[in-house]
Amino acid sequence: METNTELMKIDSELFERIPDDKKKTDEIVRPSETYLQDAWRRLKQNKLAMGGLVFVILITILAIVGPMLSKYNYYSQNFRIANQNPSGLHWFGTDKFGRDQFVRILYGARISLTIAYVASILNLVVGILYGSVAGYAGGIVDNLMMRVVDVIWSVPSMIYVILLMVILSKPNHPSADGGMLNIIIAMAISFWVVMARIVRSQIMALKEQEFVLAAKVSGASSMRIILKHLIPNSMGPIIVTMTMSVPSAIFTEAFLSFIGLGISAPQASWGSLASEALEGYQLYPYQLFFPAMAICLTILAFNFLGDGLRDALDPKMRK
Amino acid sequence: MLSFLLKRLFSTVVTVFVVLTITFFLMRLMPGGPFSGEKKLNPQVLENLNKKFGLDKPVFEQYTMYLTNIAHGDLGPSMTYEGRTVNEIIGYSLPVSAKLGFVATGFAMLIGVYLGVIAALNQGKWPDKLCMFISTIGITVPSFVIATLLIYVFAIKLQMFHAIGLESPMDYVLPSIALGASSMAFVARLGRSALLDVIRTDYIRVARAKGLSKNTVIYKHALRNSLIPIVTYIGPLLAAVLTGSFVIEGLFGIPGMGREFITSITNRDYTVIIGFVTLDATFLVLSNFIVDILYAVIDPRIKIE
Repeated sequence: METNTELMKIDSELFERIPDDKKKTDEIVRPSETYLQDAWRRLKQNKLAMGGLVFVILITILAIVGPMLSKYNYYSQNFRIANQNPSGLHWFGTDKFGRDQFVRILYGARISLTIAYVASILNLVVGILYGSVAGYAGGIVDNLMMRVVDVIWSVPSMIYVILLMVILSKPNHPSADGGMLNIIIAMAISFWVVMARIVRSQIMALKEQEFVLAAKVSGASSMRIILKHLIPNSMGPIIVTMTMSVPSAIFTEAFLSFIGLGISAPQASWGSLASEALEGYQLYPYQLFFPAMAICLTILAFNFLGDGLRDALDPKMRK
Repeated sequence: MLSFLLKRLFSTVVTVFVVLTITFFLMRLMPGGPFSGEKKLNPQVLENLNKKFGLDKPVFEQYTMYLTNIAHGDLGPSMTYEGRTVNEIIGYSLPVSAKLGFVATGFAMLIGVYLGVIAALNQGKWPDKLCMFISTIGITVPSFVIATLLIYVFAIKLQMFHAIGLESPMDYVLPSIALGASSMAFVARLGRSALLDVIRTDYIRVARAKGLSKNTVIYKHALRNSLIPIVTYIGPLLAAVLTGSFVIEGLFGIPGMGREFITSITNRDYTVIIGFVTLDATFLVLSNFIVDILYAVIDPRIKIE
């Protein structure tokens, strides 16, 4: 038979010793990368996501230092220069009270971004706590906890935010921060369910895996398993959800200011700037254009960054 | 199937009930009642008003009274509009919003699916990039910016449409686009990725192999299955249309529910606010319920527990 004759043809060559210099083929030459290094390497290849990241960092720095560097401030009024077109003196023009639009937009970035970041971090904390407890406990606890989430989920969060804003804001006693804290509280109360759902489903999937069993066997407490094993392993989706929650917070803030429940004057946010500009946008379209652009570009940047992060952090989710 | 239906129906009812309760108690927490307006009322008048609307009774009694009334389909009188009931206000504003919402949803679904199909069929080429660019714009630009731009360009500069009101069919064009833009963008993305998934399956290859034309394969075989994720999006889509309408109705001067809702919030009109939230919540929870059932009907592969 043919196979037999094939087998017969084994040369003695095959049994020779491998020379020492060829042994190194099995060696790992590249330094091993951690999960985050790996993700960062993938993220760097994504031009749109990097563009988004650069923009996000830039606008954040501008929001922090920008208002300090300009010679104008956001509140002083000067009616002699009201409603001026963009010029060398006032880059984005002035509003109806003669306030410099450029500084007001930078100042608005402070408020809008603070609201977005703080609300996202609060969502993160509450969502992770709630979701991980529900997912890890399972059974009736999970069932009860998720019913609460379902109820909040089933009504548009905007309605809750509006109701909460109405309760929290006292029209006759404007607070010093122009209502910023109230917006953050209202968003934190109603937006955490998204995060809680994501965390729960992640934890549910992970808790059956062997490494959790191993941790349990070595005597780790539930608290330790959740904090040290389960949450770090669900970091990918959590980071993506958090990045994506920033634009929705900016949207919500703009929307609230727009219907008159948001930041009150003389404080400015992008939403309140846009809604103020709306009165005269037929005559002074640039007053609406700049804050609207700021909102759109920031949301766009966060969306690109979020998409890129999704691809980088979780290659399995890639389409 | 029946036990699934009953289970879902039960959780739907519980959800509506909880929403009602939350809303009711949130309203009681509001600073300043509906009668604490700019001008101070005579204490006697205030007392009578509170008595008239049952605000002097203990909270729990108010709560049970309110639940009984809702069970009878009666949402109570408006607290700021003399002699109008919440049912009346909903009665004239809901049809306006519903019509606009329907047109906007239709627009979002039709254009969205079409963009998604074009993008998926030309994956990686310029039509794909163009469609996804349009969809990115739709997602990132807030609806009030789209609305003001549309009014500015088409109503004021080009004089093609009316800027305000909903009298003729043409008046629906601009508000529908503004209201449906973000949903359209989302549907386009969903449709694109779903169609791309379906196109690679074996049964599509079989359909092509037996000689069916490309159009038949796409529109009769592939599209049907890629509509499934879009169907599940209809619930949230209605939500977006309803809540988005606050701004759109304000800008276009449309006397719908969104505008009434905002007015009732500024007026602290408790009964109207609760009534609107109740209606919104019920509507949404019900639509999610229907979508769940539809989902199982459309896709037999999905097993109901």
